[in-house]
Amino acid sequence: MSVRIKDYPGREVAIEELKERYVAKEYKAVLRYAWSSGVAIGSFLDGLKRGIILGRRCNKCRRILVPPRMYCEQCFRKTDSWVRVKDTGEVKTFSISYVNVDASRRREPIIVAVVELDGASKDVGILHILGEVKPEKVRIGMHVKAVWKKEEERKGAITDILYFKPR
Amino acid sequence: MRKVAVIGAGMTLFRRRMMETGRELSFEATRMALDSAGMEMKEVEGVVMGSAPDAFDGVHMKGEYLLEGAGGINRPYTRVFVGGATGVFVPISAWWHVASGLFDTCLAVAEEKMSPFLPHPQYAFWTIFDHTLERPLGVNLLWIFSLEMRRYMEVHGIREEDIALVSVKNKGNALDHPCSQVAARITVDDVMKSEPICLPVKRLDVSPTSDGAAAVILASEDVAKKYTDEPVWIDGVGWNVDTQYWTNRDLYYPEYLEKAARMAYKMARIENPRKQLDFAEVYDPFDYKELHHLEGLLLAEKGKAAEMTKEGITQRDGDFPVNPSGGLLGVGNPIAAAGMMKVCEVFWQLRGEAGKRQVKKEVKRGLAQAWGDLLQIGTVITMRR
Repeated sequence: MSVRIKDYPGREVAIEELKERYVAKEYKAVLRYAWSSGVAIGSFLDGLKRGIILGRRCNKCRRILVPPRMYCEQCFRKTDSWVRVKDTGEVKTFSISYVNVDASRRREPIIVAVVELDGASKDVGILHILGEVKPEKVRIGMHVKAVWKKEEERKGAITDILYFKPR
Repeated sequence: MRKVAVIGAGMTLFRRRMMETGRELSFEATRMALDSAGMEMKEVEGVVMGSAPDAFDGVHMKGEYLLEGAGGINRPYTRVFVGGATGVFVPISAWWHVASGLFDTCLAVAEEKMSPFLPHPQYAFWTIFDHTLERPLGVNLLWIFSLEMRRYMEVHGIREEDIALVSVKNKGNALDHPCSQVAARITVDDVMKSEPICLPVKRLDVSPTSDGAAAVILASEDVAKKYTDEPVWIDGVGWNVDTQYWTNRDLYYPEYLEKAARMAYKMARIENPRKQLDFAEVYDPFDYKELHHLEGLLLAEKGKAAEMTKEGITQRDGDFPVNPSGGLLGVGNPIAAAGMMKVCEVFWQLRGEAGKRQVKKEVKRGLAQAWGDLLQIGTVITMRR
């Protein structure tokens, strides 16, 4: 805002006005999608169903990518082979979340983390949840291991891993 | 490439929920920018519009929806979108319209109306994440900020209290901004004791959700001189995007932002940004982001931005003022409009029109920066008198 401008436009709507004047129409969209998992992630999900974590290796830069991609985004060439990485790793960073996806509040926090998996390249991690640990005990660099759903309950989804726990 | 000037700027109030529609907000900001330049819409050749995800409004083809209010009818009109970085990408895009010689004048206008989304705009961000690997975990935008903040703190050994100083400064600065939404005089203790949201992020570490719009008018050198004796020149632009696989990067440092900054500095012939720039409006949706960005912009050494803040260097009367406007933490965060507000602030500061917000030292050069997508893009613009 400039000193040359004395008046600035806009009118705030007060909470109490919301229903009577402000909301012309309330609408709930129901949008349904069926996403293809893709070539790389499709195989990754098959792996999860079998209780293993798969990465893709690029022979040029020698990185092992998790989540896997059929291409190396840095060399911009096809990746070369599937590699099984371990279901153990290190907490790279973590957060203690008191919010749900819709910003509503949780009484008990959920601990989320980026886990750098053993066998994947440096700085290559995945997002997941930590369990069997108190929030105040979590540290960056903590060694963790995946806790899997029972084999018959696995669906080929990221949630086939329930969470990672300290080891 | 031709020289490009900013010759007018305008903005609306930033508030949680505005009566005006997105079109009306765009019109108000644009009209003010035109008036400040002494121009009519018919003298504007091209228009670049910026607005963030369509999900907020529940209106697809948002660019077309906003068209009329943005003065876009019957002329070359484009909507650009690069997430939170949009606000600075709009004037960058308008800059190349004019620098290329294609147009002599171009309007850059950014608008955001986050409030329609229920129950809370935050929920709309769920749809920006990977549908197979991240959404099933219940991912929230606040998660990834707090993960980045923790990583940054860990690598450099920075305390939450030191980061909170940014929120204290910016909310305080915003007391002098007539459009501000959440200006306040607060203490580090207030920040530390505020509601835990996604630790280490607490309520007062975060900017609000907002409605609002902002605009600038750009002109080529010969045209600018017909309208004003005080043109402000855009002398450098840069932008850079990294992978969306944000878990495959060390989040402690924004490499992509350094690349964007270097692109802008090269164009502006800036070799020592800390010495050659006088102040900066850096993107601060969270307090730690101001520090993270000062480092990525090479305005602070890696891990040293907190110290710089503690020493008072970034205060309005300091040696290198940062976010004299009050930033997103104080003025508000209507996504695309927030970045544009920063460009407006650099314009007003360089013209000496910022009133109570005017930084103490004499300023000749400033920088505005925005940032966004999944922790992956930086947009940078440098301006001088």
